[in-house]
Amino acid sequence: MAWARKHLLDIQSLSAEEILTVLDTARAFKAVGERAIKKVPALRGKTVVNLFVEPSTRTRISFELAAQRLTADVINFSAEASSLKKGETLKDTARNLEALNADIIVMRHSASGAPHFLARFLDASMINAGDGAHEHPTQALLDAFTIREKKGKIEGLNVTILGDILYSRVARSNIWAMTKLGARVTLCGPSTLLPRMFEQMGCRVTYNVDEAIADADIINLLRIQHERQRKTMFPSIGEYTGLFGLTQARLARTKPEALIMHPGPINRGVEIDSDIADSKRSLIIDQVTNGLAVRMAVLFLVTGGQGPQGVAA
Amino acid sequence: MNSLLVTGGRVVDPAQRLDALADVLIVDGKISAVGGSLAAKAPAQTPRFDAAGMVVCPGLIDLHAHLREPGQSAKETIASGTAAAARGGFASVVCMPNTSPAIDNAGTVALIRERAQRESKINVFVAGAITREIAGEELAPIGSLKAAGVIAITDDGHCVQNNELMRHALEYARMFDLPVMDHCQDYSIVTDGVVHEGYWSMVLGLRGWPAVGEELMVSRNILLAEMTGTPVHCQHLSSARSIQLLREAKQRGVPVSGEVCPHHFTLTDTVLAGSDKFWETDGKDIRPNGGERPRWPSYDTNFKMNPPVRSAADRAALIEGLVDGTVEIISSDHAPHCNYEKEVEFDQAPFGIVGFETELALSLMALYHSQRLSLSDVIAKFTVAPARLLRLPNKGSLRAGADGDVTIMEVDREWVFDVNGSASKSRNSPFGGWRLKGKAAATIAQGRIAWAERPEEV
Repeated sequence: MAWARKHLLDIQSLSAEEILTVLDTARAFKAVGERAIKKVPALRGKTVVNLFVEPSTRTRISFELAAQRLTADVINFSAEASSLKKGETLKDTARNLEALNADIIVMRHSASGAPHFLARFLDASMINAGDGAHEHPTQALLDAFTIREKKGKIEGLNVTILGDILYSRVARSNIWAMTKLGARVTLCGPSTLLPRMFEQMGCRVTYNVDEAIADADIINLLRIQHERQRKTMFPSIGEYTGLFGLTQARLARTKPEALIMHPGPINRGVEIDSDIADSKRSLIIDQVTNGLAVRMAVLFLVTGGQGPQGVAA
Repeated sequence: MNSLLVTGGRVVDPAQRLDALADVLIVDGKISAVGGSLAAKAPAQTPRFDAAGMVVCPGLIDLHAHLREPGQSAKETIASGTAAAARGGFASVVCMPNTSPAIDNAGTVALIRERAQRESKINVFVAGAITREIAGEELAPIGSLKAAGVIAITDDGHCVQNNELMRHALEYARMFDLPVMDHCQDYSIVTDGVVHEGYWSMVLGLRGWPAVGEELMVSRNILLAEMTGTPVHCQHLSSARSIQLLREAKQRGVPVSGEVCPHHFTLTDTVLAGSDKFWETDGKDIRPNGGERPRWPSYDTNFKMNPPVRSAADRAALIEGLVDGTVEIISSDHAPHCNYEKEVEFDQAPFGIVGFETELALSLMALYHSQRLSLSDVIAKFTVAPARLLRLPNKGSLRAGADGDVTIMEVDREWVFDVNGSASKSRNSPFGGWRLKGKAAATIAQGRIAWAERPEEV
């Protein structure tokens, strides 16, 4: 079990062993979260800055609560209220935060590579909470955690990711995580949002949703991201739902043990039938719970925490 | 004193098909003679430059550079930009019109020429805009620009999207025999792309700038050149199909030409993933002789330029185009930006890199040291070819009577580029720390030494 990284920037550069270290550590933290006293002193005296240059609610809240459970001090910094609007560069903003002795900066940014860029200048640990269309590493880690929890393993599973792949940081992080851990990944979505070139990332690419989900053990649905798409990408949300939406009829043709995941926020009736989202086959709420444990594990590890055995019993 | 006797060098003048040990005598700013032992012919007191062991060639011309004046002097000035060009071996540069204000009026042309007269030791030629404010909406006063001294027109940095306007620009420019150059980029398909659309744009989640966005405009320019009969010069070509389109058009007799830049024929989009990935894949043949390889991180904005560096296949096609003569000209697209402008998120960084001081070495490495082209053929792409395109009959050759512009270089000299020692005001080079082969030793413009590596010779 090894973790020697100061930053968590992406999944692409992690080894399978490092990913498993995070998952095992998260399992220990999940147990902590089930106790009456949910707080541990692992990050006491440390300062975590949530630097959300792109708006986010669920990821920020998850990181905030994770830091609090570890007894860190937390500052939330959103672009709307910040000097970034007044023309300050990201580098200057981050240096100012660091001058307050921030130990960890958790950043969400609309520009791919922004956390890699800042990590070059800062002494603090950098955790990528989503950068543009690049990666969202903690999402993939919590997805992997959830799959392992429910299926007992990841190796050998068929994982289908369905939706807008081209602009999805969740898709990229999941592709890396799942393939590194030995799953077979199938991608499916409109051809404009899923170039064939994704086969070069070690995935199967299909534009036929029934084919994509027939053998799936896990179906991970992605939201159609209106804010990232140009109007020329597909004709309408209605046509998307008709071609790719996960309906009861389609679900009936999958393996009965296939489970449904979604990083949220979900659009009921668009990418997923409302009652599927609430069904026993849906892991959507488990993902949120596990996200907290995974983010505690990441905060713990990047500040020198030593794997699952380091978590206070 | 603008007379000089350059002695004992290997004189390479592609315009005269000359490659021999000889002296070059410049008298009163003009080439007086080239030949064996000219000391006796030199007027008394003529200073000498000992070029033994060096190559002596016509003063190099870079027909694509951004000197940033007026209006952007934090990035570069005419003084600093031309100093960097002189260090790179360039006796003449053409500055692009996307300044602030744009070079779309006679007054701005006069300002630049007057400032260059005072502050530059090399020749500065001015390219005017095709359209007012480079906005692509109405023609700039091309006749007045010509009268003020521009030697070409282009909206470089931008591309005229309106085909009717481009057609009329070509027809109108023809009255003045003014070369028309175009930065080929179809905005509707490139949209907000920042890097080559391919494997690395996919993996890194960066917006793709597809090669077809260039190729559409190269095709458009070829068709309009054919229709109007006016030559069109396609700037900084980056893709394999652009080269193929140019090759086919030339075979048909269409009056088109093209240029490429060293970064496009040296690098690939793998650089965006960081130095390790580049050196183990597309960069593995760049320095077979070993040495310390420079390192850089992923998402390094010094690798953000427009058009972007593309795939290994594109790079190979650019070199093939240079080798078979489809592409006659090499330029730098020297595009300085301040550190604080480049030290931002990749999406937000401006496009462009400085290039004057690394251009010659990178070209010699990719074409001459790789044994793909003779030294004379490489030098032609910096001398006779751009001089012909720009209608500069007294440049690009060492013929008697030509302007006394001479570049002296050591083609086998190995050196490491120290970006912090650059004469440019800006530091945005992706080649800092690179071990290069081939270097200018002195640059002479109109008989005066504009720069020499050994300071006692200035």
